[in-house]
Amino acid sequence: MSLLTPQRPAEGAHTHDATTLVPSQSRAERTTSYAVADFPLPTGREEEWRFTPVDRLGAMLRDAPTGACLEWAQDLPDGVTLGTASVEEWRASGAPAPADRAAAVAAAHSGGVAVLDIPAEAELDTPVRIRLTGAEREVVHGHLLVRAGRFSRATVVLEHTGASEYSEVLSVVAADGSELTVVTIQEWDDESHHLAQHDVVIGRDASVRHIAVSIGGGIVRINTNASYTGPGGSFEGLGVYFADAGQHLEHRLFVDHGAPHCRSNVEYKGALQGDTAHTVWVGDVLIRASAEGTDTYELNRNLILTEGARADSVPNLEIETGEIVGAGHASATGRFDDQQLFYLMARGIPEDDARRLVVRGFFASVVGRIGVREVQDRLMQSIEHELSGGER
Amino acid sequence: MTTLEIKDLHVSVQTEEGSATEILRGVTLTIRSGETHAIMGPNGSGKSTLAYSVAGHPKYTVTSGSVTLDGEDVLAMKVDERARAGLFLAMQYPVEVPGVSVSNFLRTAKTAIDGESPKLRTWVKDMKGAMGNLRMDPAFAERNVNEGFSGGEKKRHEILQMELLRPRIAILDETDSGLDVDALRVVSEGVNRAKEATGAGVVLITHYTRILRYITPDFVHVFVDGRIAEEGGPELADRLEAEGYDRFLPETAEA
Repeated sequence: MSLLTPQRPAEGAHTHDATTLVPSQSRAERTTSYAVADFPLPTGREEEWRFTPVDRLGAMLRDAPTGACLEWAQDLPDGVTLGTASVEEWRASGAPAPADRAAAVAAAHSGGVAVLDIPAEAELDTPVRIRLTGAEREVVHGHLLVRAGRFSRATVVLEHTGASEYSEVLSVVAADGSELTVVTIQEWDDESHHLAQHDVVIGRDASVRHIAVSIGGGIVRINTNASYTGPGGSFEGLGVYFADAGQHLEHRLFVDHGAPHCRSNVEYKGALQGDTAHTVWVGDVLIRASAEGTDTYELNRNLILTEGARADSVPNLEIETGEIVGAGHASATGRFDDQQLFYLMARGIPEDDARRLVVRGFFASVVGRIGVREVQDRLMQSIEHELSGGER
Repeated sequence: MTTLEIKDLHVSVQTEEGSATEILRGVTLTIRSGETHAIMGPNGSGKSTLAYSVAGHPKYTVTSGSVTLDGEDVLAMKVDERARAGLFLAMQYPVEVPGVSVSNFLRTAKTAIDGESPKLRTWVKDMKGAMGNLRMDPAFAERNVNEGFSGGEKKRHEILQMELLRPRIAILDETDSGLDVDALRVVSEGVNRAKEATGAGVVLITHYTRILRYITPDFVHVFVDGRIAEEGGPELADRLEAEGYDRFLPETAEA
């Protein structure tokens, strides 16, 4: 029998059993391919593109190399190496194939794969830091493979700043027993675009945390896919985003539970401020028949600070076995609560400070889970900056 | 000596259909430092509206009359300015603020009210002392403001704020509702302590006379239909305890 328990008594949360869901098309049936030709140019009507302003992304979806790159700067702790590999070597690494046209184009035209290797059993005290900076707005195809060796423990922080139209494929392959945290920070200039496919492949008893922080950029779309190659794996997907007027910030997650006794937990929180600010969160979870003992939960919360902003939030859960520990999701989008504001102001706290307190409080749970101090501090500063209406 | 002077106050709310309904129809009331005023009355008589109007809740529109604190026009002040001027409202339904800890909230409020951050050592001591007096577990300080609080915890937390923020005039809106007798005594002691320490004027809004056994009012005002229908000393509360509000309600007068 199935035993389904809600893990959090959150408002709007609910759980499913195998009988409640009749999908029109399984998430597993989406195309993946190395061939760009297998992905027609999106019109914006496709399920995976329906929220995205594809009319502004023509250059990034063109099947042609550009030769442009971002400027790289990195801090590599002892033992960690940054090298290159061919696309063929990347394909053989266990990384999944592209799942949309942007990723297929990026993989086809990146000209080579940057490979970050964390040796087996390495325990890093300091994070690997890779700073990617765009100097001008031109299409760049980026391709990065992160390999965490068996029983290694590491944190990798990727920072994106400057001006670019950056189309990226990031493959993370975590070997058995490894513990890896990957943080991707998007603090692009306002006119920049960033399309990304992040694949996280989790080995037996490995545990991977993928953390997306999206603050800056005109269009940012990060598709994060997690899958498991053995039992006992754990995936934690955390995200924080803050959209201002004119920004489109989209995060799509797909957790593909194919191995038994694995866990996944997704928590994304976003704030929106200003006319035409748009955020999208799509959280797909597939529990295959083979994934008995799965425990999964996903949550998305959006806080709309001003009129005219729009948050789309779509959780999807497909369950093919009843023999699971738990499966639930919660999604809620709310306006800034004037009652909270009144309560704080009635204690003498000025309006701006009160707003800041409420927004900080809203993000506190997810920010606290990031666990990388410098990222947390920087993120809270960015949020303060956004709240004070600062121009980026 | 502080004086809160409410003169001929008329207050309306917007109904969902968009028309304005008058709830307060000319309230005049003067509260001085050290005085305790009980405002009693049946449900819907406008007691809470008075409290929220003085605190500046945006839902309520003052259509005429005045509220002054030592001559300063309270109605011209923003909500936070009223609090910093020395007004405090203990709310009947305190609001949850997720992700904001009680200790962070209290320190932020104290800093705002005093205009400078409290000295760390004395502040921690004051906070622990006040919490201990209100029989609050120290772990309470790390919980999020009002999140998952029981009714009694919410009211203790309101009075904790009164003790720490040291207002000149405190309006307590049905602080007694939903409390069992032990909690009522603890909360009432807290109010008495805060009043003794600061000499604050206290307005106690209540539907029941029960809390008046622990907090003795100097004046009792009976609210009916948005006006003060009768005023007197503590003996009026005793009479209400015995008779209820029936004699103030016209539809039952002929019975």
